[in-house]
Amino acid sequence: MKHRNLWGVAGITAVALTLTACGGGDGGDSTSDGPAALRMTVWTSDEAQLALFQEIADAYVAEHSDTVSEISFETLPFEEYTTGITTQIAGGNPPDLAWIFESSAPEFVASGALLDLRPVLEETDGYDVDDLEPDALRLWENDGGLYAYPFSNSPFGVFVNTDQLTAAGQPLPADLIASGDWTWDRAAQIAAATAQTSGKAGLVVRDFEFSVWEYLATIWASFGAQPWSEDGSTCEFTAPEMIDALTWIHDQIFTTGAMPGPGTTADFFAGDAAMTVTQISRASALDDSFGWDLVPLPDGPQGHVNVIGQAGIGVFADGPNAEAAADFLAYFTNPENAERLAAYFPPPRTSLLTADTLQAANAKLSAEQLQAVVVDGIRGAVTKPAHANFAQLQQAIRAELDALWTADADVSAVAESVCAAAEPLLAG
Amino acid sequence: MATATLGPPGPPTRTRRRGLNRREDTLTGFAFVLPQLVGSLLFVIGPLVAVVWYSLHDWNVLANSFTYSGTDNYERLASDPGFHDALRASGIFSAGLVLLNVSLALALAVMLNQRLPGTATFRAFFFSPVVVSLVAWTIVWGFLLQADGGINGFLSQLGVDGPNWLREGPTAMLSVIVVQVFKNVGLNMVLFLAALQGVPKEVREAATMDGASPWRSFWSVTVPLISGTILLVSILTVVGSLQVFAQIAVLTQGGPGTSTTVIVYYLYQQAFQFQEFGYASAVSVVLFVIVAILTFVQWQTRRRWVFHEV
Repeated sequence: MKHRNLWGVAGITAVALTLTACGGGDGGDSTSDGPAALRMTVWTSDEAQLALFQEIADAYVAEHSDTVSEISFETLPFEEYTTGITTQIAGGNPPDLAWIFESSAPEFVASGALLDLRPVLEETDGYDVDDLEPDALRLWENDGGLYAYPFSNSPFGVFVNTDQLTAAGQPLPADLIASGDWTWDRAAQIAAATAQTSGKAGLVVRDFEFSVWEYLATIWASFGAQPWSEDGSTCEFTAPEMIDALTWIHDQIFTTGAMPGPGTTADFFAGDAAMTVTQISRASALDDSFGWDLVPLPDGPQGHVNVIGQAGIGVFADGPNAEAAADFLAYFTNPENAERLAAYFPPPRTSLLTADTLQAANAKLSAEQLQAVVVDGIRGAVTKPAHANFAQLQQAIRAELDALWTADADVSAVAESVCAAAEPLLAG
Repeated sequence: MATATLGPPGPPTRTRRRGLNRREDTLTGFAFVLPQLVGSLLFVIGPLVAVVWYSLHDWNVLANSFTYSGTDNYERLASDPGFHDALRASGIFSAGLVLLNVSLALALAVMLNQRLPGTATFRAFFFSPVVVSLVAWTIVWGFLLQADGGINGFLSQLGVDGPNWLREGPTAMLSVIVVQVFKNVGLNMVLFLAALQGVPKEVREAATMDGASPWRSFWSVTVPLISGTILLVSILTVVGSLQVFAQIAVLTQGGPGTSTTVIVYYLYQQAFQFQEFGYASAVSVVLFVIVAILTFVQWQTRRRWVFHEV
């Protein structure tokens, strides 16, 4: 009798839960009947940027109140951003639009999760698709389709604390550029000497933190090195160019002291370092507490190579509001709004990539700095490493590179172990 | 109907009433446990069954594909060196944590069981980390353990060149274990203290009168009498140690290499970084089985070493 009762209750509960679950599923499609409420995930929490997005979105809603009732911007933490999106997708609650890192671009583009934006952009009056810079679009294209709009094309440059360099009696990079002597070796010499005088850090590759190794591409690109072949199938860590680049980086950390070692925190923008390699969008973190300059990346053994970080906006193809979301994206990135967004994000539009246009939106940077670092830095630039299997490659290579960050590391042996770990993932 | 009225009047009626009462009692009992039962079904049993189901599938979130793959994920686990590394790291972490946590908690409890001045302050000092947010606690330790952090700063004052705690294999695991020990040792200390205060004074006095030294009295009298608590603390610590995540995510992210990639962190990587939800589900099923087996073995062996069970 007891067992019968127990099973009875369990049965009723199971039925109730099943009914509840079934009932819950209906709510998701309700938005497709009336005006849609769109949601875009972003990783910025900058209030000024979010206010600008909302201003553009509100103007769109006012013009399209019959199709869209509301547009919201949801900030996910930068470090866990892609994880946050995939968790939302797995939970059956994907955003309508999402920012996407360039490192994840091949994976998202190849997955079929994103809507082809090209037809919508081409059909939108005044959009001027031909104005989009082909180099900037390449990473986001597949079989003629464009699966995300690269709204941010932020070149890497070197921010310099001119006060610290002057106090250490070191030449300023701007002067070295003029004389053609702005090389990684020279930058490291200046950084080491300045660090010795100031007692602070020398040259910091921002966000690298001995874990996010892809930021080292800002250095090794001008050594002619790359982590894998162009088609993404072969590991290139054992190539002579990469060995030279890794040896150079290792020496600057453990021999000359030009770069801080693992476990040391040094924030350039708080005045803790002489120089930092980062994207120009970080200029907003500067104040007048010290003198600074922004210069292009130094030259390496293979000459000068510009490196950019990109971010795209994609529309999820399976979302109930995909059509409305794509239409909003075309509005959000049209020539007028792209010019407004250029205050924070260098656009992929050729007509807007001029020092004058960018300076109108970037009060902190001079026209010369913008010309040298942004305008000249985007065309023909290489993008930070990206691969269809990037997440697994990132972790596997990070785990092997950890052995490099000790004073007595064998660079060639570490490179061999990196390739041993990466090859199966590149092949897969 | 006629048969019912003509039947023996006494015993059948009492039996029926007893049966009715028992049924009412049962229903009342179920009514009381129903909220818990629904909660368990919804938040424990349901997800458990779902995870087993997911583990039999190849689930690509981005491509929106969910394909039955049988035992493929489990076969892959058997030959996955990353999973084997994670098992090893979890074993080292659990062994280190249980050893340090239980012994330190017992030592502190024995000290606090003495009637000495300041024991209340000392008890509060060691218990306070238990009520502090785990992530906040770990972040603070992360700063202290940096190469140029507080601990190495203190060591340099003593003329000692401290290691790069979180970047070197052996010290990274040791650091994570110690951070976790200090976080939870207070709770185990209080459990041991309660057990020690339950040991009858007369028994220890009898041992002393029989000539037992304090050490002998502790091992032969006190420890057997608190062995039930030692079992409880050991089970809780082992189960908790296998579920460690936040400390690894904040302090080492599984590195250097894979030296601190414990099972739950490996599971997190597979699911949320690599989008291998089916494979990650298989890892979590294996973790569940490991925890269940360890708890079962500890429980079954209690008769050998828990005094009350002899």
